[in-house]
Amino acid sequence: MRIGVFICHCGSNIAGTVDCAQVAAKAALFPDVVYATDPMYTCAEPGQAAIEEAIHSHKLDGVVVASCSPRMHEPTFRKTVERAGLNPYMFEMANIREHVSWIGRDIEANTRKATELVRLAVEKLRHNRPLQAQEFPITRRVLIIGGGVAGIQAALDCADGGIPVVLVEREATIGGKMAKLDKTFPTVDCSACILGPKMVDVAQHPLITLYAHAEIEAISGYVGNFSVSIRQRTTYVDWSKCTGCGTCTEKCPSKKSYDHFNEGIAPTTAITIAFPQAIPKKAVINKDFCRQLNGKKCAVCAKVCPTGAIDFAMEDSFVTENVGSIVVATGYDLMDWTIYGQYGHGRYPDVITSLAYERLMNASGPTGGHIVRPSDGKEPKSVVFVQCVGSRDPAIGRPYCSGFCCMYTAKQAILTKDHIQDSQSYVFYMDIRAPGKMYDEFTRRAQEEYGTHYIRGRVSQIFPDGQGQLTVLGMDTLLGRPVEIKADLVVLAVGIEASRGARELAEKLRISYDAYGFFLESHVKLKPVETNTAGVFLAGVCQGAKDIPASVAQGSAAAAKVLTLFARETLASNPQIAQVTAKRCVGCGKCLRCCPFGAIKSSLVKGEEKAEVIATMCQGCGLCTATCPQGAIQLAHATDDHILAEVNALCRL
Amino acid sequence: MQLAYFPGCSAKGSSLDYELSTQAVMAALGITLKEIADWNCCGSTPAHAVSSLLSSALCARNLDLAARAGADLLATPCPSCLSNLKATSKRLEDASFRQKVNALLDAPCAETLPKTTSVMQAMAELVSLDELAQKAKLSLKGLKLVAYYGCLMSRPAELMQFEDPENPMLMERMLTALGAEMLDFPLKTACCGAAFGIPQRPLTAKNSGRILELAANLGADAIVTCCPLCQMNLDLRQAQAEKAMGRRFALPAPYYTQILGLALGLSPEDLGLAKLVVPMDGLLAKLTPKQAPLASEAPSSEVSE
Amino acid sequence: MMNKTLCLNSALPTKDSNAPNFSQKVAALSQQAIHTCYQCGNCSAGCPAAFAYDLQVNQIMRAVQLNQEDLALSAKSLWLCLGCATCSLRCPNAIDVARVMETLRHLARQQNKITVPVVEKFWLSFLNCLRAFGRSYEIGTMVLYMLRSLRLTTDLDLAPQALAKAKLGLLPHTHAGRAAVGRIFTRFAESEAQSKRDKEASSCN
Repeated sequence: MRIGVFICHCGSNIAGTVDCAQVAAKAALFPDVVYATDPMYTCAEPGQAAIEEAIHSHKLDGVVVASCSPRMHEPTFRKTVERAGLNPYMFEMANIREHVSWIGRDIEANTRKATELVRLAVEKLRHNRPLQAQEFPITRRVLIIGGGVAGIQAALDCADGGIPVVLVEREATIGGKMAKLDKTFPTVDCSACILGPKMVDVAQHPLITLYAHAEIEAISGYVGNFSVSIRQRTTYVDWSKCTGCGTCTEKCPSKKSYDHFNEGIAPTTAITIAFPQAIPKKAVINKDFCRQLNGKKCAVCAKVCPTGAIDFAMEDSFVTENVGSIVVATGYDLMDWTIYGQYGHGRYPDVITSLAYERLMNASGPTGGHIVRPSDGKEPKSVVFVQCVGSRDPAIGRPYCSGFCCMYTAKQAILTKDHIQDSQSYVFYMDIRAPGKMYDEFTRRAQEEYGTHYIRGRVSQIFPDGQGQLTVLGMDTLLGRPVEIKADLVVLAVGIEASRGARELAEKLRISYDAYGFFLESHVKLKPVETNTAGVFLAGVCQGAKDIPASVAQGSAAAAKVLTLFARETLASNPQIAQVTAKRCVGCGKCLRCCPFGAIKSSLVKGEEKAEVIATMCQGCGLCTATCPQGAIQLAHATDDHILAEVNALCRL
Repeated sequence: MQLAYFPGCSAKGSSLDYELSTQAVMAALGITLKEIADWNCCGSTPAHAVSSLLSSALCARNLDLAARAGADLLATPCPSCLSNLKATSKRLEDASFRQKVNALLDAPCAETLPKTTSVMQAMAELVSLDELAQKAKLSLKGLKLVAYYGCLMSRPAELMQFEDPENPMLMERMLTALGAEMLDFPLKTACCGAAFGIPQRPLTAKNSGRILELAANLGADAIVTCCPLCQMNLDLRQAQAEKAMGRRFALPAPYYTQILGLALGLSPEDLGLAKLVVPMDGLLAKLTPKQAPLASEAPSSEVSE
Repeated sequence: MMNKTLCLNSALPTKDSNAPNFSQKVAALSQQAIHTCYQCGNCSAGCPAAFAYDLQVNQIMRAVQLNQEDLALSAKSLWLCLGCATCSLRCPNAIDVARVMETLRHLARQQNKITVPVVEKFWLSFLNCLRAFGRSYEIGTMVLYMLRSLRLTTDLDLAPQALAKAKLGLLPHTHAGRAAVGRIFTRFAESEAQSKRDKEASSCN
């Protein structure tokens, strides 16, 4: 074999603490190595050209690059060697940046370790065999999980691109958090007016199938061919008959149900239609509050329904959909702010969340858009906004910034003044984070034009003063004085957390999540909507805090990724998969049971049970190869021979 | 039932009524308080303000005396004493600190020292709310009270391990069981101004004033206390607080043990009520004999809507 | 003092010295992560003594972060802190701020920076009585304090009521442990004196 070795400097990233020239000099002495060099930037165009040139001029049939993590650039270099006529699997990569130069300062030790890693890569390459990818057909349909603004955008873009969409929404209506908002920053345009048409487009698009009030039960398969089981949670209303006329909601006698859509600022009926622009505009019975479903005689809704849609015997049902790609857009929830005893643990009615305040200001909300205090229905004149409640609070395990609270608080302060001319708003903040287009100007407007007092400091305590107002104890760190404000209403900018059930969904999707339950993108800068599971993409706040424009942009980005994936009829399979040596297989079936992808089946070979790998389903994880007691299953490109050769090489050094 | 007992200096002086009522209530509940012999002052705020070592040596001597008397739990009515005792136990976990403390003592303190608790918590552990209600002779029905815990019962939270540090409810549970209406009192753990009544009077007058003002605004008949220093600031120094706030409160600030004692049918003399500077006469007049639950009032199995 | 422009360079650590800077020293003594304070002001917002402070708690934390030893240790606030620990309970960075304040108080005392002498006098009066009697003796403390502070009318307004209600013990209560407590104080004074001598000796070297 004729092997070429390239020891990358990566500027000073590697060369700063590794003697690259010395590593190359040593590598030149390794078995089968006929050429070794140390370029400045191997991944750059001249670097790749040098590899191609070396392959031709030195008649190389294998290449080792010692540089960074293979996560980013292994595909790059495989393409490079392929362009020069080699099989892409006749290439090995040694990670001497993340595993060496970035983690130690001792040049001598680093150089030695880098040399050893190169030695292993060379030895593995010597045992490599050319591998050929297979083409397999794909299902050109996409599943979108979550019907907030990010999911809606992804759904519309995919459907407009000709891809059939299955949209699954947990709530009874799509629209997500944005549908609850009154106005949006920095333009103060009506949220429902800009989101509403998009929601209608979803309902009317011939290529979009919407499952509302539904959740993902199970997912199997792989990129190009996923099978998804959807649980249609019971609504007790046959939606094929429900016309959304609302007669039932008018007549329902159980009028003290918690109103989730309106954030509990007023009670509602047990049967509801979330809001006038709901998509789908269908009724749902809240089982916890329905008299009939709690053993009492009622069924008023069933009596008044003109289409006979009420069905108290309805149960959850299941649907299976086959798709080739998945976009996750599950959004966020507010953290449980009632853990804060100093803000009353939730027992003071006039201390509310910012999302509840949106419903108070919203014309479609329970107060018809009149800002009133929940306790006594009076118009508040002194309104205190508290930022960072449950954000940037390491003491409760939430060190992260929720991203958009600064902006919506400025908007709410402006709207408060618009609604109540003789009101005064105060905003307690730690920092004003307004880096978007026209954002900082907006927060300035809240202060300069609307007279909002911004006070830099946290609030230590909020409590009723016994005379109808709330006492807010805060600090003005700029003045260096503690301050006290008598407030009629306190609005808490409650921090966000990953949507409930996000972790469980991630397990089903086999994608990663961070310590707080937000889904992990494949690369923090360069693959912001990809995940580490091929064919699964992210959009919106489920990946991390972001505002509406950023969520919409990500929805479109995820859709672009889906359309790119589906631009072909078939996909190339990864040839680095498990292979069974039938002679050795004893048919014990352990591999069938341990495979997380269901990629191994049992088949009869000359009357004997043998394991067989389904090439398109195998993800090459290697679990079966470690489990097989006979060593009958080997992972192509990482066989026992490969690994032993590496170990031997290391021991000989 | 027996409980090793550290009364603290106030018990023998400014809070003799706390001591009397604590002893009387515990006796009525069948718990004997066994005062550790020859105890000394915990050092209070001045000792730890000057040196953690001095404070811990003073406390360690008491913990050692209790250990040698065979106690594995030591109760004190005073939150300040409790805080110093607990802080000492915590600091003594560090071997080098323990060595320094031992060097200040006549003899090294016992290896295993008793756990410490407040009389209030010990009472709640030993006597259930049902038992408490059963033993009551008078009802507190009609009384509107606020419970005031002060700083040290619950802070520092990790050290004191007392209820929800922002909203302790133990006194509320006890007094509710006896029929009182307990008002939500957001300043229940706010600071009264502590020992600064002497060197920096405004600190104490304003803080106590703020607490009394909220209690008065809420319409409380009394503010129920559990700390000798807080009680002094809210009661003996109430006139100073009134001056600072520019309004009159006339709000009694009895110890919780005095209220419990009244419900248990103990005499005002046994409870030292005469020592309260702001008198409780109006409140006493509201007490009614406890009524046995009538058959008609027994909860019915099904309430129609 | 408060209006003086602070030179921050002088507080920079020198390269050839391994001695901890002021911030590190306070962090070590208080066992608190001073550097995590991000100046939200929550400690000051809930502080019941804040209205009497010359430097707010968060400003003291800032002074420590910037190694402004003199500024931090000269703050009157150190002596007005009520020790209620509301700051510690509500700190979003879980810093036990009250413990930092106590540590600074100890350091200030060691450097004889006692900026509110009446408070220290009150404490020492209390401790003197304690040393003599083993338990606190309220009238004794008051008399000693009035003499030390020359505030001869302190709480005179309360005396009639306090005496009438027998709130103040006129005589110290005696008990067998008083001698043992006296010995604790004597040994403590010796150990303080010794550590002072050690410090002076090491600074001479």
